[in-house]
Amino acid sequence: MAQELHQHTLPNGLTLLAERMDHVRSATMYLLVPGGFTYDPPDRLGTATLLAEMLVRGAADRDSKRLALDLDNLGADRSESVGPFNVVLSAGTLARNLPAVLDVYADIARRPLLPGDELEAAQELALQDILGLEDSPQEKVILELKARYYPPPFDRSRYGTAAGIEAVTPESLHGYYRSRFRANGAILSVAGAIDWPALKGQVERLFGDWPGGADPEPTPEARAPRSEHLPKDTQQTQIALAYPSASFPDPDYYAARGAVGVLSGGMSARLFTEVREKRGLCYSVYASHDTVRDRGAVIGYAGTRSDRAQQTLDVMVAEFRRLADGVTDDEVARVRAALKTSLVMQQESTSARAGSMASDWFYLRRVRTVEEIQAAIDGLTPAMILEHLERYPAKDLTVVTLGPEPLTTPAG
Amino acid sequence: MPFHTHSLPNGLQLVGETIPSARSAAVGFFVKTGSRDETAEVAGVSHFLEHMVFKGTQRRTALDVNLDFDRIGANYNAYTSEENTVYYAAVLPEYLADAVDILADVLRPSLRGEDFDTEKQVILEEIKMYEDAPGSMAWDHARRIYYADHPLGNTILGSTASVGALSRDQMKGYFDRRYVAPNVVAAAAGNLDWPAFVRLVESKCGHWPAMPAGREHVREARGKGGLHILTQPTSSQEHVLVMSPGSSAESPLRYTAATLAIAVGDDSGSRLYWALVDPGLVESASCGTDQGQGCGMTVTSFSCDPDGVAGNLEIVRKILDDVQRDGITAEELAQAKNKITSRVVRHSERPMGRMRSIASSWIYCQEYSDVDRELARFDAVSLETIREYLDRYPINEATVVEYGPLTS
Repeated sequence: MAQELHQHTLPNGLTLLAERMDHVRSATMYLLVPGGFTYDPPDRLGTATLLAEMLVRGAADRDSKRLALDLDNLGADRSESVGPFNVVLSAGTLARNLPAVLDVYADIARRPLLPGDELEAAQELALQDILGLEDSPQEKVILELKARYYPPPFDRSRYGTAAGIEAVTPESLHGYYRSRFRANGAILSVAGAIDWPALKGQVERLFGDWPGGADPEPTPEARAPRSEHLPKDTQQTQIALAYPSASFPDPDYYAARGAVGVLSGGMSARLFTEVREKRGLCYSVYASHDTVRDRGAVIGYAGTRSDRAQQTLDVMVAEFRRLADGVTDDEVARVRAALKTSLVMQQESTSARAGSMASDWFYLRRVRTVEEIQAAIDGLTPAMILEHLERYPAKDLTVVTLGPEPLTTPAG
Repeated sequence: MPFHTHSLPNGLQLVGETIPSARSAAVGFFVKTGSRDETAEVAGVSHFLEHMVFKGTQRRTALDVNLDFDRIGANYNAYTSEENTVYYAAVLPEYLADAVDILADVLRPSLRGEDFDTEKQVILEEIKMYEDAPGSMAWDHARRIYYADHPLGNTILGSTASVGALSRDQMKGYFDRRYVAPNVVAAAAGNLDWPAFVRLVESKCGHWPAMPAGREHVREARGKGGLHILTQPTSSQEHVLVMSPGSSAESPLRYTAATLAIAVGDDSGSRLYWALVDPGLVESASCGTDQGQGCGMTVTSFSCDPDGVAGNLEIVRKILDDVQRDGITAEELAQAKNKITSRVVRHSERPMGRMRSIASSWIYCQEYSDVDRELARFDAVSLETIREYLDRYPINEATVVEYGPLTS
């Protein structure tokens, strides 16, 4: 079944990506604008998150209530979120409603009201979110790890800080919006039962005269990672660790995914088998791969009763290190099977396809075809993974723990 | 006609929807047992058993089970609710037979002693994990209080004490009584060959015991009432649940119930959203239905800074009183329907979504709805059916539970 991919970059720098999927009735759009939390002014951490919340509180001739009602009546299942680099606006709906939804999102992106009298409410929501993080230790430990592992400004999170959020003013928010919400670097990705010529024409009308000229991405400072124990009176100790890996654009990326897959790709993978199945040390244990621009990391996690946390950490670290001793053909075959399933099932979801295309473009400046991804999966071998591990060994681990007692990272 | 159904001689029921254009297939085995079917002595046995199902059979060790699933690249898992224990897998079409083979095998587990003892530790870890999640603890306590002596108030995980004391023989006894063919529905959706699926299930499950398993205490519960404040000093937020009686999973009013909940408390554009989320008074607020066999509940909930609880609860009570007195507006009804249409269509685009939908329709109502019929059922919801619903299930007949650092 041939994939129907389209791409067009406007003169102002906005890139439109589209995949026509004719076996579905829906369509999903993703609009990425470079204005994520690494662009937050340092004394106003949380600005990007506040902007994402405020963007949908009225645009052009619609106030907040009318905007929400019109999008709801178009069946737009939507979200506004913030990553390190992008503000992400997404909406999925019936394909026939997508053109009307796009019209509204052009207003949101280019003519938001950003009502000054609603900023305080948005600030309150952001402060409540920070409070809520205290009640989600699994999420909190990962953010605390990233805050110590990545150098500034990649060490920030979408939550911002209480002081930063409180320091935002209507003027500072408008200023941030004007400086960041420009066409250059913006990505609009659409997948579903769409008509390409009509979509292209509509996007040119809606965004063709959107000015460019936004400043480029911040470059990270140099700062070494550090480990830390964060005391908290909890039943479980949360363990999070990180070490360097290949990033998404790196030719080594699939070997890195392979290594993480052998560790954690399914329930027969090493971490689940050794930490949970054989020893019963935890309910949740996993490894995942993270990319932030040009740097990648392997992230490990476990939550475990505090009196067994040291043993859990010891077993986890041993498994990360043992990978370099060898991986079997069967393990790699299982990783390939899982990746293939994901690839095929992604074709069923307009949201998954739209998101994947946007991510491809952001990192690679092109959209990978199904054939290309399948070839990368098919090409994965134990030898590739072992070579990769020589370049990216599991050493110099950064470990962050959250719980009653600190732990000792095994040497080696 | 893409819908199929078949019953085996031993009582196991099969349902399926064939979708030739789908790129994958989803299969699920639904065992009609859960925490509501447990006595206090074996609290948590359904969920612990769900774990033990993956720990091996005559033919397979626990590692074999995981290896076999991973070799076919299956997305698989299981969950236990108050009334069902569900084992499911999504696979590429060429692996459906393998997935059925593994699922049918593991559903006659060996329950080996050593695996039982190790997995018990995993369950105890899971209990600890939820103890550190105040939002989840709030929900468990709220249900316990609302349902009082009705078994729908049982927790799914059980307690450290009840799970700690559970023996392998107690689990085996529960398994023998509940995991019987007439108590199981096998459902499939997607790119599959129905006759082949039937032959497969027949050959793998035809020998399962034919004795029936019933369910006791199938009765409505209206809620204990009152305001209950539970103090947990280590929680940062206060979590508040306002529960009122609702329609059951098999009730013809279930579409009305779901539509009303969207108007009252959906993530966007609902009464709760405008009154509590938009002004930043809460971190989150929602209204949803919890529909079980013979009994249901509407849950209106929010989480916030403890300082704001009293004011927020007043706002919620007023919204519920207003809705009970006046229903919702025609605009709100149209808005809810437009959201639902989009969601039903999008949800149906994955075979797993359709599989769960047809299984649920079959288990509770012995009927089938394709996507267009589902949409028609939602479209038939009217201000009149909402009035009828509210008269039978007053949304402001409240039992309130607060869980967090507050002592009063």
